[in-house]
Amino acid sequence: MPLKLRINNVVTSVDLPPDTPLLWALRDTLDLKGAKYGCGIGACGACTVLVDGRATRSCMTPISAVVGASITTIEGLSPDGTHPVQAAWEQLDVPQCGYCQSGQILAAAALLSHTPHPTDAQIDAAMSNNLCRCGTYPRIRQAIHQAASAAAPTAAPTAKK
Amino acid sequence: MQSTPRPLSRRSFLQITALTGGGLALGLFDSPFALAQGPPRADLSPRAFIQIAPDGTITLMARAPEIGQGVKTMLPMMIAEELDADWSLVRVQQADLDDSLYGNQSSGGSTGTQSNYLPLRRIGAACRQMLVSAAATRWAVPASECATAPGRVLHAASNRSIGYGELASDAALLTPPALASVKLKDPRDFRILGKPQPNVDNHAIVTGKPLFGIDVTVPGMLHAVIEKSPVYGGKVKSANLDAIQKLPGVRHVLILAPAPVAGSIDTTTEPGVAIVSAGIEPGVAIVADTWWQAQSARRALKVEWDFGPGVAQSSDTFAARAAELLKSPPANTLRSYGDVDAALASAAKVVEATYTYPFLAHGTLEPMGTTASFKDGKLELWTTSQSPAEGRSQAARALNIQPTDITVHLCRIGGGFGRRLNNDYLVEAAWLAKQINVPVKLLWSREDDIAHDDYRPGGSHSLRAGLDAQGHIVAWRQHMATYGDGARLVSAAGIDATEFPSGRVPVYALYTSAQPLLLRTGALRAPGHNAYGFVIESFLDELATAANRDPLDLRLELLAATPVPMPAAANGRRMTDSLNPDRLKAVLQLVAEKSNWAARKPAPGHGFGIAAHYCHAGYFAEVAEVSVDSSNRITVHHIWAAGDVGSQIMNPSGAEAQVQGSILEGMSQMQQEITLASGRIQQTNYPQHPLVRFRQSPAIDIFWHLSENGPTGLGEPALPPVLPAIVNAVFAATGKRIRTLPIARSGFSFA
Repeated sequence: MPLKLRINNVVTSVDLPPDTPLLWALRDTLDLKGAKYGCGIGACGACTVLVDGRATRSCMTPISAVVGASITTIEGLSPDGTHPVQAAWEQLDVPQCGYCQSGQILAAAALLSHTPHPTDAQIDAAMSNNLCRCGTYPRIRQAIHQAASAAAPTAAPTAKK
Repeated sequence: MQSTPRPLSRRSFLQITALTGGGLALGLFDSPFALAQGPPRADLSPRAFIQIAPDGTITLMARAPEIGQGVKTMLPMMIAEELDADWSLVRVQQADLDDSLYGNQSSGGSTGTQSNYLPLRRIGAACRQMLVSAAATRWAVPASECATAPGRVLHAASNRSIGYGELASDAALLTPPALASVKLKDPRDFRILGKPQPNVDNHAIVTGKPLFGIDVTVPGMLHAVIEKSPVYGGKVKSANLDAIQKLPGVRHVLILAPAPVAGSIDTTTEPGVAIVSAGIEPGVAIVADTWWQAQSARRALKVEWDFGPGVAQSSDTFAARAAELLKSPPANTLRSYGDVDAALASAAKVVEATYTYPFLAHGTLEPMGTTASFKDGKLELWTTSQSPAEGRSQAARALNIQPTDITVHLCRIGGGFGRRLNNDYLVEAAWLAKQINVPVKLLWSREDDIAHDDYRPGGSHSLRAGLDAQGHIVAWRQHMATYGDGARLVSAAGIDATEFPSGRVPVYALYTSAQPLLLRTGALRAPGHNAYGFVIESFLDELATAANRDPLDLRLELLAATPVPMPAAANGRRMTDSLNPDRLKAVLQLVAEKSNWAARKPAPGHGFGIAAHYCHAGYFAEVAEVSVDSSNRITVHHIWAAGDVGSQIMNPSGAEAQVQGSILEGMSQMQQEITLASGRIQQTNYPQHPLVRFRQSPAIDIFWHLSENGPTGLGEPALPPVLPAIVNAVFAATGKRIRTLPIARSGFSFA
């Protein structure tokens, strides 16, 4: 029986076995290619999506587990790619190969949604399970601080490293 | 590593075409090809280097595969600079493989900068010259009175200006100038090169657009996985194909039984030139409606393998044999001058050490894969190769078709690092598409990728050096135990006879001995150098300690020595040492100044280390600041890096990214290893072959020494110094010397 998934605020029916990982439902059935396959065991974070706002490994999440949840992929993070995290990523030229970046961006967006002005230690804790093979970590840190400032220009300034 | 790319031929010439609607397209052609084809072809325009639309939009073609090294942005910048384009109106389009139009389209060996810097600028300058001519004719003024501003031609005397888009249809009627005749800008006048330009694909990346090889969709395509022998060289004896065929979504199950693959012995005589194995490994391919179905079907797959002799291989026996080789007389002398054994015997002090490093996998984040469609004898590929022309040749041989019957689309690539110089996965996809006659996307799992790589070869070096009473190095003996067949070494295992400090110490010998290997090896970012930098620069630090000297001073002394010239080889050619000591000295001095090296204050558990290395025409010196806790956990606080890659940094944003990436990759390499037991690779996925993590990433400061030398590439040369800089800093902090990698085998870890 098809399952109903709420993805980027649209409810979609998918006729797949319930144990199908969300990643492959997104990529190969729903043609949302932003989430990437990197390790298949939840160890790299390239497949990160938001499930009810939490950064979640879609390669390890069966679709049956997210029925009724609100799923956000990189394609739905903002209507036009102007979420403060996306904007900071572009401005600071974060991507190298770019393959891990949709996962990095969603992990950063999840962090900022509950910690709008993270310290470096909080960024370390939130981002250390998303691997980047190219070595974009220094710019990701800068970009998260910049997105934090941009998202709340009237808030108290945060220390920038 | 690739052979030096073929430069755009001196016989290349430009050809211009008028575009429907008033634009122009300027392309580059190789004359023999063009003559063979007759007059200009109707389909020129989409493949030209430059297209200018009537609205002033400029489309530039990116010729080389983008693996994250930034060429898709940087190479078009070279054209745009001399074209005097308005960069905000430039669109970059990835070229398909067509080496008759674009010349060399490989990415490897940090060669993109030097091989494109003049040719691509000339193409841009030629187009600018034609636009100026068109404007001058329209205004009836001498072209010499006209100038350009971004996207426009100006005539100051009459205060007129006109956009490139409005001139394009006029310029399209002119005869292009000879490339060699065009005048190039003085780099001091650059407006685009030398200014940070963000990656042209950034917006598509941050919004999740389908850019990468893995994202390709072809109507009606199926998805494939391949189960390969867990032992290299193993063949399929039998498999439960019928049972797999019945599983959900499975459409085809096939046995791959390619011709036996010779190892990857490097049979060339040019040191440092790798032969990339063309072979594909035997296995069982499962093709299904979705990748997940194909991958899931593997759980039920039962294969009986004929493992062959590879099953006897293990890291323990490799290590035991390497130790025997290092104790025995060397098999092969790469360079020897003076009597090294006599000089060591009479030295005031002799320092001895053995350094060891493991096999490594590449682990690009995007696994290997290619999409292929075979129809009416023609093959179409969407791939992630760093050497697509070679891949096309290999596919043509495998399918017994002509290379001209193959179309290759170059996708953005989720990491290369040398792995994709080997086109095994491309050939597999091509073969599958022909067998099943349906478009197919092959995607390896991460476990496939770790277990079927062309690995960075491991090795061991026995070093002995003599010091005189004043602490000067008087003799250096280095014996490398590696893999191969006599003097022929496996791919990427070669070492140059000129490897530093060859020629810069009074008496010297460099030897190799090899043991056989049944495993594919190949280039990993800064091949050879990523290991030899660690060995040599760590040992130099040991010598400085033994001589009670500052390790910076010891290096500067070596670089000041009058070099011992290389002897002429038997074939009469003299191999020259291309290292320019002044350049290495300058980056050492720069990094020492910026890191305040002279004033460093090591304390228990806290130390600084320095190292330098020359490779891929680039010079880098790096200083590491670390602390080490009581459990030998290393925190790398800070890396200072100073580099000399010539007179011009093309894209400072991309350039700094390459240095940051090289430093972090070097740290990853320090904690990784690939080991074998009973012929099987023991690591399966990232947790066993770990990448450095976000919280372990140090502060990195980068400084450029702009020298009066031609610009060169940055994909690789910043990597080698970081390993020994950290190792030397750990010694300064703890008195413990890491001589075996990964650091876990020396009792250390990164905090």
